[in-house]
Amino acid sequence: MPRATTRHDRTGATAGAPNGPLAPTPAQTIGPFYGYALPFPGGEQIAPAGHPGTVTVHGCVRDGAGAPVPDALLEFWQAGPDGGRTGAPGSLRRDPATGAVLGRNGVDFTGFGRVPTDADGRYAVHTRPATAPAGHPDAAPYLAVCVFARGLLHHLFTRVYFPGHPAADRPTDPLLARLPAARADTLLARPDGPGRYRFDIRLQRSADGAHEETVFLAYR
Amino acid sequence: MALTPPTPSDGAPAPASASVAAPPPRPAPAAPPLPSQADISREIAARHTAAERDRAAGAPVPDHPARDFAPYRSSTARHPHRPPVEIDHLTDPEAVELGGPAFGVTDVTDLDADLTRQHTGEPLGERITVTGRVLDRSGRPVRGQLVEIWQANAAGRYAHQRDQHPAPLDPHFTGVGRCLTDDAGRYAFTTVKPGAYPWRNHHNAWRPAHIHFSFFGSAFTQRLITQMYFPGDPLFPYDPILASVTDPAARARLVATYAHELTVPERSLGYRWDVVLDGPSATWIEEGR
Repeated sequence: MPRATTRHDRTGATAGAPNGPLAPTPAQTIGPFYGYALPFPGGEQIAPAGHPGTVTVHGCVRDGAGAPVPDALLEFWQAGPDGGRTGAPGSLRRDPATGAVLGRNGVDFTGFGRVPTDADGRYAVHTRPATAPAGHPDAAPYLAVCVFARGLLHHLFTRVYFPGHPAADRPTDPLLARLPAARADTLLARPDGPGRYRFDIRLQRSADGAHEETVFLAYR
Repeated sequence: MALTPPTPSDGAPAPASASVAAPPPRPAPAAPPLPSQADISREIAARHTAAERDRAAGAPVPDHPARDFAPYRSSTARHPHRPPVEIDHLTDPEAVELGGPAFGVTDVTDLDADLTRQHTGEPLGERITVTGRVLDRSGRPVRGQLVEIWQANAAGRYAHQRDQHPAPLDPHFTGVGRCLTDDAGRYAFTTVKPGAYPWRNHHNAWRPAHIHFSFFGSAFTQRLITQMYFPGDPLFPYDPILASVTDPAARARLVATYAHELTVPERSLGYRWDVVLDGPSATWIEEGR
């Protein structure tokens, strides 16, 4: 893959936009009423049904007071088993006769999952183990996560890393290596059973500092 | 700043008769009073003044809402205190987020983009078409990607169990739609204009009419959920959610334009709303930008 050799000029002219990058459309909160629109049956079942070696990632989303967030929506995105990051359609296949959601076809891996938190702020997804991107086999594999919630005016990105991978445990991963240990810890899922990992998301650190907030990411 | 104003007093008024044998049941504690619109408007004005001062001093203009925007009370405990950690697409060109989920014809049906044809009858309200283009920041159309919408009905009521606004539900309107963008990045929906509705951020709080939109780009970094507003809505100055975008030009990008050329004679009014997704993608790197 050809690489850029010079730093992208964030203010200069580009082919598509003679006067510089277009100004983006601002985000707004997802609000409280997305529940009948965005979640879909099987949104949490990212791995094809019955796929061997499936992992469950589950946890709780909490606010700065430690209260569960019962109206968050989490989206998951991960590289394919070959490290590809182009995904595949079919996450929310629909029946053309009734319009109902048919669910995934049980064969393809789309790499995409979507799950709302429940009344306790909990979520769970079932997926294939994360794979490192094709061009970077030494990086620690991770799931990319996007967090939406009522009260959150602009979504948040984070990542779920898995202990046991050399690049995650002895950080050579480009992100983990940059973070102090206590902060990097917030990105590491904790094994809590065979094929099961706990990953809690803390939107804000607690006032007494006892609970660190999750590391959130911005892409440039 | 306190999340809610303090309860005025613990001293409940004395009962009219103090000589009853059994005391009356203790009344449930009153909910703390909500802030007034004047309180919220004052807070919004202070934030906008501060943003204007920053702009005048040459600070970068924020494209997105501040996550810690206290006039929107629900944001208080739900925003991170620490700044996000930046991932640069040039130093980490293999980041998984530089690609993104794909959707295709199996993920939508033809009827999904017409919210007025999902039931056996026609919904009440003013029929509208909303269309526009989805571009990335370099002006490239976002092709074949999923656009999802949800909205209140014409009376301002969502088909959601937790919406208890005493406005009628419409048996002929659910308020959910989706479509894929075409080769020019265009999306189009037929629906009814949603009504304004009250909420409990503060006393007498009303949301301006809006349609919730969800967009996917060619990269997960470009993911966007936002709200489209209608031009000239008199509720704009009162709404802390729209006001959370402190730059007036950025706020204007959330407002659709009435487009007479999109108006279908004897059928529906037309609105145009173009969208630009933020965030880098792998295609930027492939093209050596």
